[in-house]
Amino acid sequence: MKSITKGINKMTKQSIWVASLATPAMIAVLLLLLGSPSVRANDHSAANATVKIDNFVFGPQTLTVPVGTTVTWTNSDDIPHTSVSTDGVFKSKVLDTDEKFSYTFTKAGTYPYYCTIHPKMTGKVVVQ
Amino acid sequence: MPDKKQDLIDQKLQDLNNDGVDRRGFLKCMAWAGTGLVWTMSGGIPVSRAFAKGYGKKADKGADFSFVQISDSHIGFNKPANPDVTATLQTAINKINAMPHTPDFIIHTGDLSQLSKPSEFDTLDQVLKGASAKQIYFVPGEHDMLSDNGEQFLQRYGKGTKGSGWSSFDHKGVHFVGLVNVANLKAGGMGSLGHEQLEWLEDDLKGRSASTPIVLYAHIPLWTIYPDWGWGTDDSEQALSYVKRFGSVTVLNGHIHQIMQKIEGKVSFHTAMSTAFPQPAPGTAPSAGPMKVPAEQLQQVLGITDVNYVVSGSSLAIVDSPLGG
Repeated sequence: MKSITKGINKMTKQSIWVASLATPAMIAVLLLLLGSPSVRANDHSAANATVKIDNFVFGPQTLTVPVGTTVTWTNSDDIPHTSVSTDGVFKSKVLDTDEKFSYTFTKAGTYPYYCTIHPKMTGKVVVQ
Repeated sequence: MPDKKQDLIDQKLQDLNNDGVDRRGFLKCMAWAGTGLVWTMSGGIPVSRAFAKGYGKKADKGADFSFVQISDSHIGFNKPANPDVTATLQTAINKINAMPHTPDFIIHTGDLSQLSKPSEFDTLDQVLKGASAKQIYFVPGEHDMLSDNGEQFLQRYGKGTKGSGWSSFDHKGVHFVGLVNVANLKAGGMGSLGHEQLEWLEDDLKGRSASTPIVLYAHIPLWTIYPDWGWGTDDSEQALSYVKRFGSVTVLNGHIHQIMQKIEGKVSFHTAMSTAFPQPAPGTAPSAGPMKVPAEQLQQVLGITDVNYVVSGSSLAIVDSPLGG
């Protein structure tokens, strides 16, 4: 903040006029940025998470999320798949290419699941 | 002429991946009238075995017969590997209809549909209606068990079957057993027959003469081809122990969309091509999914299997024909 003020004092009359308009705007923008929520892609505090299904693999195979997260499985493969909990907690319908299934995890725990069509495909959601 | 046809089939097998890799590392079956030899590759050393002596000469009229195996029609699939699987199924049926002898029946070893949709089964039925052989036996593939655990499959194709769709029948002295290994699949596992079906199988085979030729057919291979891709059946060993005492056992499977064969004692294993799309050889691709080939080659990697039984022989002669051959 100090350096900005020093810089402004050194400018010409015209610049001072422009700068005096810009400064409040800059301060406003800075405040906005500092106050806004994080927008990083891999943020684990987000309320949503995704699992991408492709090439007969759930990616990531183990997904760790906080309680209350809605996990969405998207099938990007050219073959249908399902996402079914081994403990009967959730069960997707058959997902053809580009179809999705979502489930919100309200309780902490480990949730192993698999594709009932291709049972070698397994995954796990860890809810903390 | 038989050798030429076999050469053609061999060529197709070799060119399958278009990468110059010769498939002689895998087992090949060379059953054909005249040559009647079955080749196996074991550690790189070829071993031949004469098979169905006298094949080609129809000794007793009516005692010999043939049937056709088709598999993995996947009606409803419409991705680049084959945008029109109904058309290629029709080609397969046309090929059957063009055979000089009408097969006694057809066996479909599963994955009739892509998504178990009623419209897909309807389309399949429409095409099969035009087949020269009117009797068709079905076992489901995992794609036929979606949404309703195979309820629809049973309603349409499960007459006279038990449990998830298993059954047996006799035809001209040969005992056929249709098994279902795509129900109640467990996480991390491969195909599965289950306790109830295994008990039924043991009982079904009890008391039959060891000289009765046996044909087992099921969707997923009953021998372990490639566990990483689920190409095997977890409890098939128990099933195979029940047929060990028989003089001739043939196992027909689908699921892997390519021909693979193995001989173990008196048991011959054989998987069929799909009529819809090919899949890669084990471990040659990131996954077992549909494999794209140049459009003009598609007909060479899809096919039907013609099986001939000769009463004087002890085995079945199996001939795979590509659709474009």
